[in-house]
Amino acid sequence: MSSTTTTAPETGEIVFYEKDEHAHPEGHSTALGFWIYLMSDCLIFAMLFATFAVLGGNYAAGPSPKDLFDLELVAVNTAMLLFSSITYGFAMLAMEKGQAKQVQAWLLVTALFGAAFLAIELYEFHHMIEHGATPQRSAFLSSFFTLVGTHGLHVTFGLIWLFTLMVQVGRRGLVPANKRRLMCLSMFWHFLDVIWIGVFTFVYLMGMLR
Amino acid sequence: MAVSYPVPTSPIFGRFTLDALPFHEPILVVTFLVVAVGGAAVLGALTYFRLWGYLWREWFTSVDHKKIGIMYMVLGIIMLLRGFADAIMMRIQQAWAFNGSDGYLPSHHYDQVFTAHGVIMIFFVAMPLVTGLMNYVVPLQIGARDVSFPFLNNFSFWMTTGGAILVMMSLFIGEFAKTGWLAYPPLSGVSYSPDPGVDYYIWALQVAGVGTTLSGINLICTIIKMRAPGMTMMKMPVFTWTSLCTNVLIVATFPVLTAVLTLLALDRYLGMNFFTSDFGGSPMLYVNLIWIWGHPEVYILILPAFGVFSEVAATFSGKRLFGYTSMVYATVVITILSYLVWLHHFFTMGSGASVNSFFGITTMIISIPTGAKIFNWLFTMYRGRIKFELPMMYTVAFMLVFVIGGMTGVMLAIPPADFVLHNSLFLVAHFHNVIIGGVVFGMFAGIAYWWPKAFGFRLEPFWGKMSFWFWVLGFFFAFMPLYVLGFMGVTRRMRVFDDPSWHIWFIIAAFGAFLILLGIVSFLVQIGVSILKREQLRDTTGDPWNGRTLEWATSSPPPDYNFAFTPVIHEIDAWWDMKRRGYKRPLGGYKPIHMPRSTGTGVILAGLSTAMGFALVWYIWWLAALCFVAILAVAIGHTFNYNRDYDIPADEVERTEEARTKLLTGQVTP
Amino acid sequence: MSADSHAHGADAHHGHGEDHSHGTFKSYMTGFILSVILTAIPFYLVMSGVIENKSVTAMIITAFAAVQIVVHMIYFLHMSSSSEGGWNMMALIFTIIVVVIAISGSLWVMYHLHANMMPVHDMNGMK
Repeated sequence: MSSTTTTAPETGEIVFYEKDEHAHPEGHSTALGFWIYLMSDCLIFAMLFATFAVLGGNYAAGPSPKDLFDLELVAVNTAMLLFSSITYGFAMLAMEKGQAKQVQAWLLVTALFGAAFLAIELYEFHHMIEHGATPQRSAFLSSFFTLVGTHGLHVTFGLIWLFTLMVQVGRRGLVPANKRRLMCLSMFWHFLDVIWIGVFTFVYLMGMLR
Repeated sequence: MAVSYPVPTSPIFGRFTLDALPFHEPILVVTFLVVAVGGAAVLGALTYFRLWGYLWREWFTSVDHKKIGIMYMVLGIIMLLRGFADAIMMRIQQAWAFNGSDGYLPSHHYDQVFTAHGVIMIFFVAMPLVTGLMNYVVPLQIGARDVSFPFLNNFSFWMTTGGAILVMMSLFIGEFAKTGWLAYPPLSGVSYSPDPGVDYYIWALQVAGVGTTLSGINLICTIIKMRAPGMTMMKMPVFTWTSLCTNVLIVATFPVLTAVLTLLALDRYLGMNFFTSDFGGSPMLYVNLIWIWGHPEVYILILPAFGVFSEVAATFSGKRLFGYTSMVYATVVITILSYLVWLHHFFTMGSGASVNSFFGITTMIISIPTGAKIFNWLFTMYRGRIKFELPMMYTVAFMLVFVIGGMTGVMLAIPPADFVLHNSLFLVAHFHNVIIGGVVFGMFAGIAYWWPKAFGFRLEPFWGKMSFWFWVLGFFFAFMPLYVLGFMGVTRRMRVFDDPSWHIWFIIAAFGAFLILLGIVSFLVQIGVSILKREQLRDTTGDPWNGRTLEWATSSPPPDYNFAFTPVIHEIDAWWDMKRRGYKRPLGGYKPIHMPRSTGTGVILAGLSTAMGFALVWYIWWLAALCFVAILAVAIGHTFNYNRDYDIPADEVERTEEARTKLLTGQVTP
Repeated sequence: MSADSHAHGADAHHGHGEDHSHGTFKSYMTGFILSVILTAIPFYLVMSGVIENKSVTAMIITAFAAVQIVVHMIYFLHMSSSSEGGWNMMALIFTIIVVVIAISGSLWVMYHLHANMMPVHDMNGMK
């Protein structure tokens, strides 16, 4: 506040406008804007968690978590997501150093882990549906598939974004716009991790405790 | 439309058949003819005068917050006509359907009318008007050149419009929901509403909701990041403060609506069991979740109106706003408390005494900051030199009307009283009392107040006053009888009545609706007359009301870049302070100004989203998939465009500013 | 709300653009190792069933989840009270408040609703 030039240094007169063009560099609000978007997304998940919390015990005489969940599979899945997080972190470190090729490589590794996560999740869903545990079977299963599926859908969009950015970094290098995008995707990707912590704790682990 | 269940679905046209077109409904056929002829005339005129290119270049693809703000206002006013047509149809039906008469609306049509009225008035009238005002005014009030994300702003507007288009389509292609404006299941579930009406409802709100959320994020960032130097949070104009809180509420509630409607869609489309009565689903969960959005939504609408009244009261009393700090804190407190009251919309559902008492008490608490605001406005007026221009008249009317609505609200907040009054016309009277008295009057005050800023000439006062009196009197005639009827036990959404003693009250209410019709007509006449007499009403100063905040520091209408030099702020009422301390407008030393470039991507993306919504309503899967892929492709393609800005050269700024200098010196400086 | 204490003038202004901290190799690895531990323990607790009492297990894994979320916020999302002039933190706190109100409120409301209105439902839940 104190450093704001409210008076002209030479004359001490009060200044009512800035003589020089007041620069708002392009994308100066992006980090904040994207963070606020993530907060709004967080509320979508909050609603899905609330729905699961209310309806998660309504099995309608159908299968319950104990009949369906395979915690070892979930653990592997969680590991995939955690690995993808740290590799994305490496991509960001490479970006700091200005190594475009390294960034692309780490993004590719991240995408592979992300794809592995999705593949395992789809396998799990497929397995459940094959055994009659469809989303239509009970309110518990409706809310389970919707919550976990919405997270999976976010990961899918993250993958599309990852590949887009790999192309863009390849074409333009680490220009400020691309760095900004890498940073946004980093927030998105790590945000999905945070949601997943909620999913494995409250859906899978708590489900097995019911 | 008689739909057997399951509905046959063709691979090409989905569930759409020619039966979906309402040829058998004379009212709709006539409406369609009127709309078609009127629409063709407008389109023909645009083509004849070769305005398409102009509209596309200068308006539709514009990322200028001022133009987008104006487009929002136009959308809101057009939709007001549709929403009001629904209202007056209901009033006529209810005044008619006595003494054995069935009225003129068949029940399936009447049910759509009251649903559409609510949905349109909230989502496509109040929301666009509020968003439009914030869009136009906030960047000017904080001394910014535009919003933080100009492209996103354009996209948000077109998404809102896309939602409005879907609702309008439902009038002539298929039908709208017959469920009431919040589409409670199980009635809105697929077994009781197999028709496309609820699907129109879902997808219209989803498409518009994306726009609303993004515009909320955009305006929050704008207010946080783009304020002129020196403008600390506690030096922001009150309208900007209420806009900030409104947008925080938007971002923190519209996702809730999105999630809940998605769950409803999953129930309807994929046969899931969230809100069904079987397989462990709970319809009451829907009611609970949607009101977590629904209650803050009320404050999303009213807070900007509070902001308008604060600006107007200070300006037309010629005084600084009384209790600026308390006004800001009251706004923030309302923002937070609005999350703690949602259950008062369903006291009677049966949560029991403990839950009901908690939410009853929080509801009563929320009236305290609101009451504090009323006193602030009163004290602002106290001993002021009040000029009763149109915006000020609306402000005074607001204070009178809104207090009545607030008090009936506190009555409804008492759970035992609510058990008697809920679902009755008393409730209908209450929320119209606060929404018309608060939001509608606020928007009219805002339009009259900022119109000269947006167009460079004032609104003509005579027709404005006509409109004002018709609205105020019409409101009392239309809604006071509903309070009486509510006490007599008349429930809402009824189509025919048996008890003849109610008849007279419905006739009075219908008379009130006609007065409001005259109010709307007068408003449109006012705009027309003002445009015709614009030379007499011209404002060359940029500051016709002797304003206090920064938007009055620039010309009317403001140049594309808003301010040639970014202002530096020292006081709360920045422009007042500048005038008081002898601010001299700079006449040279212009620099090139960096501005965002127009783009058609927003229109294309929103158009594709609307088409996808339509495809989903009719189960035309290939079209929905195609639109989805196209949306992804266009969005990704847009990110490959790195060249999104341009510079307005210094000499162009100089030309614009010199033109203003000539205007200003052409007369005595204020 | 300490909104008024946020001085927006030139100080915060010309800094923004590239003032986000991105972390270091060390901080990322710390975060990673911590999250591995914080994930492994709850899984172990549930899979092995070492603690007899289920509600105790539930409370412990909830605590682990909360800690892990904080770890992710700090080491991966680089949250600090100073990023974006404190606005990131403000947005996060507000979101947490709303999320807590919405989830706990919904549970409270729906629990009472079911208890009062749907005795049949309770019997379903019991089996």
